[in-house]
Amino acid sequence: MKARFFLFLFLSLYGCGERERAETREIGAKPPAVSREPAYGDTVIEGSIGDATNLIPMLASDSASHSISGLIINGLLKYDKDVKLVGDLAESWEVGQGGLQIVFKLRRNVRWHDGHPFTARDVLFGFQTIINPNTPTAYAEDFRQVKKAEALDDYTFRVTYEKPFAPALSSWGNLVVLPKHLLEGKDITKSELARRPIGTGPYRFREWISRDRVILEANPDFFEGRPYIDRYVVRVIPDLATMFLELKAGGLDLMGLTPMQYKRQTSDAFFEKNFRKYRYLANAYTYLGYNLLEPKFQDKRVRQGLSHAIDKEEIIKVVLLGLGVPATGPYKPGLWFYNPNVKKYPYDPSKALALLKEAGWEDRDGDGLLDKNGQPFEFTVITNEGNALRLRTAVIIQERLKKIGIRMKIRVIEWSAFINEFIDKKNFEATILGWTTGFEPDPYDIWHSSKTGKKELNFITYKNAEVDELLEAGRRIFDQEKRTAIYRRFQEILAEEQPYTFLYVPEALPMVHARIHGIEPSPLGISYNFDRWYVPEGLQKYGRLAISP
Amino acid sequence: MLNFLARRTLTLIPLFFGITLISFAVIHLAPGSPIDVLADLNPKMTAEAKQRLVTYYGLDKPLHVRYWQWLHRFVALDFGVSFSADRRAVMDKIRESLPITITINVLSLLLILMIAVPIGAYSASHPYSTFDKFLTVFVYVGFAVPTFWLALLVLILFSVQLEWLPISGLTSLDYAKLSLSGKIWDLTSHLILPVLLSAFSGLAGLSRYMRGSMLEVMRQEYITAARSKGLSEAQVIYKHALRNALLPVVTILGLSVPGLIGGSVIFEQIFGIPGMGRLFYTGVMSRDYPLVMGILTIGAFLTLLGNLLADVSYAFVDPRIRRGGRA
Repeated sequence: MKARFFLFLFLSLYGCGERERAETREIGAKPPAVSREPAYGDTVIEGSIGDATNLIPMLASDSASHSISGLIINGLLKYDKDVKLVGDLAESWEVGQGGLQIVFKLRRNVRWHDGHPFTARDVLFGFQTIINPNTPTAYAEDFRQVKKAEALDDYTFRVTYEKPFAPALSSWGNLVVLPKHLLEGKDITKSELARRPIGTGPYRFREWISRDRVILEANPDFFEGRPYIDRYVVRVIPDLATMFLELKAGGLDLMGLTPMQYKRQTSDAFFEKNFRKYRYLANAYTYLGYNLLEPKFQDKRVRQGLSHAIDKEEIIKVVLLGLGVPATGPYKPGLWFYNPNVKKYPYDPSKALALLKEAGWEDRDGDGLLDKNGQPFEFTVITNEGNALRLRTAVIIQERLKKIGIRMKIRVIEWSAFINEFIDKKNFEATILGWTTGFEPDPYDIWHSSKTGKKELNFITYKNAEVDELLEAGRRIFDQEKRTAIYRRFQEILAEEQPYTFLYVPEALPMVHARIHGIEPSPLGISYNFDRWYVPEGLQKYGRLAISP
Repeated sequence: MLNFLARRTLTLIPLFFGITLISFAVIHLAPGSPIDVLADLNPKMTAEAKQRLVTYYGLDKPLHVRYWQWLHRFVALDFGVSFSADRRAVMDKIRESLPITITINVLSLLLILMIAVPIGAYSASHPYSTFDKFLTVFVYVGFAVPTFWLALLVLILFSVQLEWLPISGLTSLDYAKLSLSGKIWDLTSHLILPVLLSAFSGLAGLSRYMRGSMLEVMRQEYITAARSKGLSEAQVIYKHALRNALLPVVTILGLSVPGLIGGSVIFEQIFGIPGMGRLFYTGVMSRDYPLVMGILTIGAFLTLLGNLLADVSYAFVDPRIRRGGRA
């Protein structure tokens, strides 16, 4: 269970979208008519199914840790509401020498929570720590592309790359900013900062009771201004049903709902009055991937036919209760590199049959199954155990394919065996899996032909020379317009070739207590501007907290 | 007697290390490794990065070398450092969860005793009466009903509808600011439902055992003798029968001692309690070998200790055992 949970977050550093379509909607209670002026005070309590593990970002790999440390520790850059990179601890930055060099100008007068001034040496120290082979981190790779990193003075940090590497820019987030004065000469894996972090962010660490709760409090000296909400609490409640009861009883102010809770359990007067529901596309998609080493899947007409035979709308309606959109490629709609004009595969069994017939598959012996060279069309789809959505998706696809004469078997396998024995060894015909996506479009590791080795991520063995060229070019260019053109073309090719049948992009469904104001949904979700959330004076539930300056 | 004790203890030592050896081997047989959480399907992990992690965790060494290292640390009572991202000492993690789990288990065991003994005694003294049948159904319902479902129902009733009791966790948000009596009530109110429910689900075993044992005793001649002496029925049952019927029940209780450190994953999950069950479960799922070994070792130790105590007490009452059958 845990592994699957991590998986989702892991893949979170590359990306998706289209700006012309703001995907976030807000429904539920209208804010009450009392004063809506921002005010300081109150506490926001969020529910989480898992505890954080480590609050030093480069050492953690779970979303619980990252969402908490994100409030405590700043990066050099961050994404703004429109998914554009803007300065965080960096005031400005410049990409020079044809993309080989990035110079960050840092903010002055920023202090760590212990009062020590923040300088470029902290960034350099963080960088040296993350590329140190003795640091057990999953994030070193982007930083290994750096040839040289220098702190030119207290407020100027310069990195030089071997080759231009566009995805690098977004890597200068909070993974590499560490308080040098507290960590120098120490083993980072034994540092108490893992459990009592010191950062520069809007919230300071207060308390962590293992597997129970983490408490943060507002940093009055935050460089962008003191956050309104005095206290932020994450409560660990591993069971979603209990979490929902806790929300209903007032013990929580914020949680992510399941589609069932969103659709069926939160529409009565009580919830309308006390909560607001949000929905936005999650950074993830689910797909049916074909092993292209299998002869029957090597003909693109077969894959196109299968895509036409699968009713994505039906899957979304049944599995997600309508809370998602069909996926058209490896990115979610709503971000700058998303291409809405690719070939689509609406449900059309007759077209599916025609395409399969062209490829030589038809029911010659009248047994109801398509056949070719005397072999019936049958294959096995594997997916991992414990993911009910994927299993239900598989069952619906099975039923649709049966209707056009294809026998699909489903096999569900425990995660470790699934990855080690089947995916890594390419020992499968087709698989239903998901990738998480991010705000950087480079998916080199999943689609480039050089990544088809054992244990690599192009495990369906997709090889296309033009895609290779595009992916190589895309990561060497910083210019957004040129990159847009590259990744749009890449999506056209994938849509034409259907190495995956891209199934759906699910929606994230957070629900927040109605007293909380200042939430501005964006493709990033809702929590990116948590420091600007507030509860108007008369509506505060927990009141003000004495916070020492 | 001392000689017997020494012999028993000596035989337990190889047994104990045998258990740790087998445990160590078996948990490494399961597919997957601790780095999977970081590495599986992660585009940012290159083969070299994976190799660095494998070396970091010492997974590149052969199994017997790793077991030897583990043993080396263990004899100094060091369970090592957890493989999870927090890199905390296994002992610290266990120390946090153990008191919670033991408290809940002891409370619920006491509650079970307090209810099961009278239930069993009553059922046995009025066998096949309507109330006996009712009690039988009642305890079997407790045994059979899926606990997660029942837990959610009582949560909806007592915590959401009536708002009498808190829903999850062990303490309220402002626990630290409460007075001593406030703290005690806060903890108690959080423990009521988990303890009640786990007692309810455990009632069947002990009460049926009690009933059986009591029925057995009631057939003995000394009960007939007691009755023929003209003692009242209450005196017969509560003074003579009950005491003797309790003996096997106490044995059963002794055997449940190692179980006291094992938490229930389901209860802890539903009530959000950071106990041993979930600690062990997540350790197993993420292949956190040091943590799993730590908990298994403590479990093995307690089981063996329980057995030893049982043996010793038998030996104490029965000289034939003490002399090793050479009498």
